[in-house]
Amino acid sequence: MTLSVAIRHAFPGFELDISFEAPPGVTVLFGRSGSGKTTTVNAVAGLLKPEAGRAVADGWVLFDTERGAWLPPHRRRLGYIFQEGRLFPHLTVRQNLLYGRWFAAKGGPGEDMGRIVEMLGIGHLLGRRPGALSSGEKQRVAIGRALLASPRLILADEPLASLDEARKAEILPYFERLRDEVSVPVLYVSHSAAEVARLATTVIALQDGRVLRQGPAVEVLGDPTVTPLGARGAGAVLEAAVLRHHADGLSEIEAGGVRLFLPRVPHAPGSRIRVRIAAHEVLLSRREPEGLSALNILPGTIESVRAGEGPGAIVSVRTAAGTILSRSTRRSTEALGLAEGMSCHAVIKTVAIAPEGVGGA
Amino acid sequence: MDWLSPEEWQAVALSLRVAFWATLASLPLGVLTAYALARWRFPGRQLLNGLVHLPLILPPVATGYLLLLAFGTRGPLGSLLEDIGIVFAFRWTGAALAAAVMAFPLMVRAIRLSIEAVDPKLEQASATLGASGPWVFATVTLPLVLPGILAGVILAFAKAMGEFGATITFVSNIPGQTQTLPTAIYTFLQVPGGETSALRLVVIAIVVSMAALLLSELVARRVARRVAGA
Repeated sequence: MTLSVAIRHAFPGFELDISFEAPPGVTVLFGRSGSGKTTTVNAVAGLLKPEAGRAVADGWVLFDTERGAWLPPHRRRLGYIFQEGRLFPHLTVRQNLLYGRWFAAKGGPGEDMGRIVEMLGIGHLLGRRPGALSSGEKQRVAIGRALLASPRLILADEPLASLDEARKAEILPYFERLRDEVSVPVLYVSHSAAEVARLATTVIALQDGRVLRQGPAVEVLGDPTVTPLGARGAGAVLEAAVLRHHADGLSEIEAGGVRLFLPRVPHAPGSRIRVRIAAHEVLLSRREPEGLSALNILPGTIESVRAGEGPGAIVSVRTAAGTILSRSTRRSTEALGLAEGMSCHAVIKTVAIAPEGVGGA
Repeated sequence: MDWLSPEEWQAVALSLRVAFWATLASLPLGVLTAYALARWRFPGRQLLNGLVHLPLILPPVATGYLLLLAFGTRGPLGSLLEDIGIVFAFRWTGAALAAAVMAFPLMVRAIRLSIEAVDPKLEQASATLGASGPWVFATVTLPLVLPGILAGVILAFAKAMGEFGATITFVSNIPGQTQTLPTAIYTFLQVPGGETSALRLVVIAIVVSMAALLLSELVARRVARRVAGA
């Protein structure tokens, strides 16, 4: 199922005007806060009525202002995972999980409660009330509640933003499983590049209420002209296969014939993963460097050099493993005379590859 | 009940009956009014708010007189209702009506505050899970405002038990018909030697009020514990 959305809505001092397509898989609306992500998801959910626009999923019209069509939220068959969980405090975890099922079409294809509970690891919580849960547990229950409503579309509005790093690491794998095991399209709002790199099938990069670019995650994140978080948040994504885990705590992976080392990843040898390489962690060298402590040195060709408004520049390097972005000062790119078409080496320290930016592909 | 004279007992029983029905009958309208004031934006909202609060600030005698004008046998509403067999004037039902009107602002205030404390985001979540408006109210809003409703009911009941001015103005002070606890106390204080009777009734008023208060505390704490999730 593909969801196509077009929305135009004016707020005081801000105008949202976007259109995009969300194919099956996880589509991430990616941008800073205030770029219109939540407004977009709320319009799809029916919690906010935009001035103009439409949202249609394979001929099923959620709203279309031109034709005066507007389905109320409770008829949209959604599973909405909110940032703050929004569990019902007066109901037990079990009652929360089953809440959507009371209203779902009888006899429809429903998710199996046992399977979802097992997937989320919340079996021991069923008898408790939300007040007695940790923030990570609450969010897992919220995911389960959305899934068990037999949704035709799952919406997630920064579901990890209210969690600390440890809880994020605990929940992210569930979203990866969601992407891989649940057939329903997921519209996911995030301002975290690491989340986008790990989860997104498709990325819609938003800035100031406009779509900057949309497409497959690897393409959009590897495009140096698309930095919805500003140059500081830039970083390309490589798709790779895990080769083996070494005894010294490193994992060896292979991308496009190139071998790379990174801190031990939890994925089994043979599995496909995605690795986000933050642009500010990549050094460039015109000659093949020697006597350097970095383990990953990738030869490549410069695709573009893009100077920012400040002192920085982003250089995009095409390597056999994929496109890599490097952020440095304009001064150093000029000193090295970096220019399009020039060959160079991208240097990536192993320990600079953050574990939160590594996930199953 | 031999420690109460039949007359005293009559006043106590009538007061309980009046307060019970006044509270019960006004509760649905109280919840609706509180919900409307808390959540809906409509023209005349401030006017409705003023009307609801009027009995709280008006002299009770004035409220009683207005009730008499409207619901007396010759009043516009009174004569209309008399045709379908409902009479308020100088009946216990009139005492209940007076008590309900006087207690209404207290009830609405308590319920409205608790509705305003319910996070609309929970109601949105309920809607996205497939609940239509009435179901959202029944399964999310109502259970969450239960403590407030309870507080409103207790307040209204206590106020209805103690209502004096509007009652005596509207339905007078007829033993067995409209003589409630407060009007009975007042009457006993007017006759020589009636002071012990008055005192006994005062003790009963204290006991009933305290019992109501304790009960509400108990239930509110249970509800709060449930929501807190322990």
